[in-house]
Amino acid sequence: MTTIDLDTARTRLSDACSDVTDATPADAVDGVPAGLVARPESTEETAAVLRAAAAAGLTVVPRGRGTKLSWGRPPESADVVLDLSRMDQVLDHAAGDLIVDTQAGALLSDVQQTVGSAGQRLALDEPVAGGTVGGMLATNASGPGRVAVGTARDLLIGVTVVRADGVVAKAGGRVVKNVAGYDLGKLVIGSFGTLVVVTQAVFRLHPVPAARRFVSVPFGTPEDASRLVQSVVHAQVVPAAVEVEWRVDGAGTVGVLLEGTPAGVEARTTTTRRLLGAGTDAAEAAPPGWGVLPWTDEPGSTGLKLTCALSGLAPVLTAVRRAAEDAGAALTVRGSGGAGVLYAALGADASVEAVADVVARTRSVCTEHGGALVVVDGPPAVKAAVDTWGPVPAIDLMRRVKEQFDPERRLAPGRFVGGI
Amino acid sequence: MSGTHGTETTAGPVLGDTPPEATSSTGETGDNAAGIAAVGRVARALMPETGVIADPTQLRTYECDGLAHYRVTPALVVLPETTEQLAAVVRACSEHGVPFVARGSGTGLSGGALPRADGVLLVTSRMRTIREIRRADQRAIVEPGVINLDVTRAATPEGYYYAPDPSSQQICSIGGNLAENSGGAHCLKYGFTSNHVLGTELITPQGDVVSLGGLAPDSPGYDLLGTVVGSEGTLGIATTATVRLVRLPEEVRTLLVGFHTTDDAGAATSAIISAGVLPAAIEMMDALAIEAAEAAVHCNYPDGAGAVLVIELDGAAAEVEHEYALVERFCQENGSFELRLATDAMERALIWRGRKSAFAAVGRISPDYIVQDGVIPRTALPEVLRAIAELSSSSGVRVANVFHAGDGNLHPLVLFDGEKDGASEAAEKVSGAILDLCITHGGAITGEHGVGVDKAAYMPKMFTDDDLDTMQLVRCAFDPDNISNPGKIFPTPRLCGEVPGKRKRAHPLVEAGLADAF
Repeated sequence: MTTIDLDTARTRLSDACSDVTDATPADAVDGVPAGLVARPESTEETAAVLRAAAAAGLTVVPRGRGTKLSWGRPPESADVVLDLSRMDQVLDHAAGDLIVDTQAGALLSDVQQTVGSAGQRLALDEPVAGGTVGGMLATNASGPGRVAVGTARDLLIGVTVVRADGVVAKAGGRVVKNVAGYDLGKLVIGSFGTLVVVTQAVFRLHPVPAARRFVSVPFGTPEDASRLVQSVVHAQVVPAAVEVEWRVDGAGTVGVLLEGTPAGVEARTTTTRRLLGAGTDAAEAAPPGWGVLPWTDEPGSTGLKLTCALSGLAPVLTAVRRAAEDAGAALTVRGSGGAGVLYAALGADASVEAVADVVARTRSVCTEHGGALVVVDGPPAVKAAVDTWGPVPAIDLMRRVKEQFDPERRLAPGRFVGGI
Repeated sequence: MSGTHGTETTAGPVLGDTPPEATSSTGETGDNAAGIAAVGRVARALMPETGVIADPTQLRTYECDGLAHYRVTPALVVLPETTEQLAAVVRACSEHGVPFVARGSGTGLSGGALPRADGVLLVTSRMRTIREIRRADQRAIVEPGVINLDVTRAATPEGYYYAPDPSSQQICSIGGNLAENSGGAHCLKYGFTSNHVLGTELITPQGDVVSLGGLAPDSPGYDLLGTVVGSEGTLGIATTATVRLVRLPEEVRTLLVGFHTTDDAGAATSAIISAGVLPAAIEMMDALAIEAAEAAVHCNYPDGAGAVLVIELDGAAAEVEHEYALVERFCQENGSFELRLATDAMERALIWRGRKSAFAAVGRISPDYIVQDGVIPRTALPEVLRAIAELSSSSGVRVANVFHAGDGNLHPLVLFDGEKDGASEAAEKVSGAILDLCITHGGAITGEHGVGVDKAAYMPKMFTDDDLDTMQLVRCAFDPDNISNPGKIFPTPRLCGEVPGKRKRAHPLVEAGLADAF
């Protein structure tokens, strides 16, 4: 607690919110102990909590189900965990308009189930299962399907937020096409809870395709992987996903997802197999591990996000493998080769120095090819020792934005780029 | 002029050529003459004589954009050729507190590039280089003055094109598209400018050049790029844009379908979308719009049609084949009486010519008109069209309807004769009532033309004071002095308080000596 004791804080927050409890060790945010947990049930109650927190000088870390709370940097403090899990309702699915309006605490899987009953989907993969809409927005999580449909920024059309001072504001609306006012939704996506608390979101939806097919082919070298990816993206088969997987033993697979009508997918599968050459396989079910972040299965491993221009795929793959080998770290890569976004896991037994070395060497190659490297998740010792977010070109402007929205640095302080 | 919006004046006498009365949004001539002179000196030192215009007659050439009834003569016009020149002029504006307005080709329809009488107009038409077509990366890097269609022309030999296609794509600039988040007929499937601009070099209102986004997606940090695109020039000026190039589809089919009524055409649209078909475009025109297009470009649309749909399907050949069969069936089931499939590029162009010329064509049937731009949920289409028809009959003001039916973006054309007493006022009233209809049906006051000066007064109907105040926090972060295209979007400017860069206190990590580690 920064300025007041726990009892006073509990009393003040309880006036604002019907469900306030003392935090348990399980509520710690990426190793940082929390003081209280407030579970508001509405946007208004969220606003009341934030007003009370502001009046009491408390820091606030928003949380959905906590599935990605260890992403980014640990907050400097977490006086209050603002838990949105009671705001879990899918409010309105307007099937005819292909939109869904949902509370931020709703599980992404619940949203999919609701809209799926009308043959529709929110075209966003869920790389970490069990998360909420708000958590997905805060971390800008996405998966293989981004090649065709994009990410949250391409699908979010309206947002309700609560500012650090408790003011409730909306931007966008319920129609897909709308240029009235600033698009605050995009600003909020990927902001790790440091700008505002999102309480409600409206998304555009897509029809669920009638057929899907996964075409995969092994590759030997990064140059092969790049050649295969380029052959698919420059063809006219309209892939929904173009994945690259490079396992710990150096065996690699390029996977292409085709979605559409049964006849269309059939024809495009034939074309795609021809493009990819000998050794292709086509299946109706996703290959194992499809869209799963490579560090998910190994506690204590370090998760990296590597981005680059499409032409940088081979150099980046080469660089990360070479750096990992030199540092003696086990490496698995999986990601959207067709979008220039790769995720890499460095084994739990890699030393902090080894991770730092891989990060520094790979980052420079990513940057050279128009991208960046971010340490998404990792053990505390690694996060403490490496520059997790890396250099950010417009950091001054970002600080100015943060200062306008949250001048007292009350929301998830320190989790984001440049210590924001 | 209050309450007027979207008046297109290419068709006849303008509503008036006096500046709008709201000088707070346009400035007063003579204000800050010393500042203007100082900016002029900086500009003249940097660029050729023809790049700096101060002659009153020449200045008047720039007094309006595509929304020509708002006119303000700028104090100075500068046409930079490089990012460095542009940044230096913006820096000078910042130093002297001179407001500036960026302008590309000046085709905007909301007065977004309306100059300031006390400010500088920065015209990007000399920054027209397509710097790179990067096929392997599916990206192009272009300067802000590059014409939209020229990006496609440059990319087509590589098998690619630039997807956003506003009707003005033959003359509008990428910088203007970026500022306005321009749409177009094909954004139903492919999205808007914001989905296709992946990076920009932005000149901040202080004259600094910062890089936002880039060749790779998901740049770490706040998505400032996503906020800048569509901010109508109020957060700075883009000097380059990195845009997505989209692979040309294997197959394109363009259909023209005649219906007896707009209700039938609307029902066919709903059936198509509900079946999970996502056409590249579905455009609707009603009888009056068809009449105008026939008079102007002889597009030979079906005789006696109460409405036509222009539907374009594109993608992998096998998928288009299937979609075509579905679309044909849904049209027939909903009362279409004629369906034409363009068999070659010329027929396709003819079908599109009727649609793309529709705004200007209305000049054939009415001396003056207002182009409205509103959005409704697509399912509300029949109801809203009926309400517009009622508005029209009760007021005696004719309304032609042209719109992007697939995404509910309406462009009603409100017809009037400015020579007749009270006609323009009546038209403005109907036009405003149409916007109210959009709002009450849960829609938006603009789908692609922008707010500009034209609809700033309508923003409070769609957003609360808190909503607008929160948006303006972003404005305050970027432009605390309110000099970058002031008077646009927001009906009331927000006072920003602190000067950027001055922190209330040192960052705790800096204080703790940790920040250098990052």
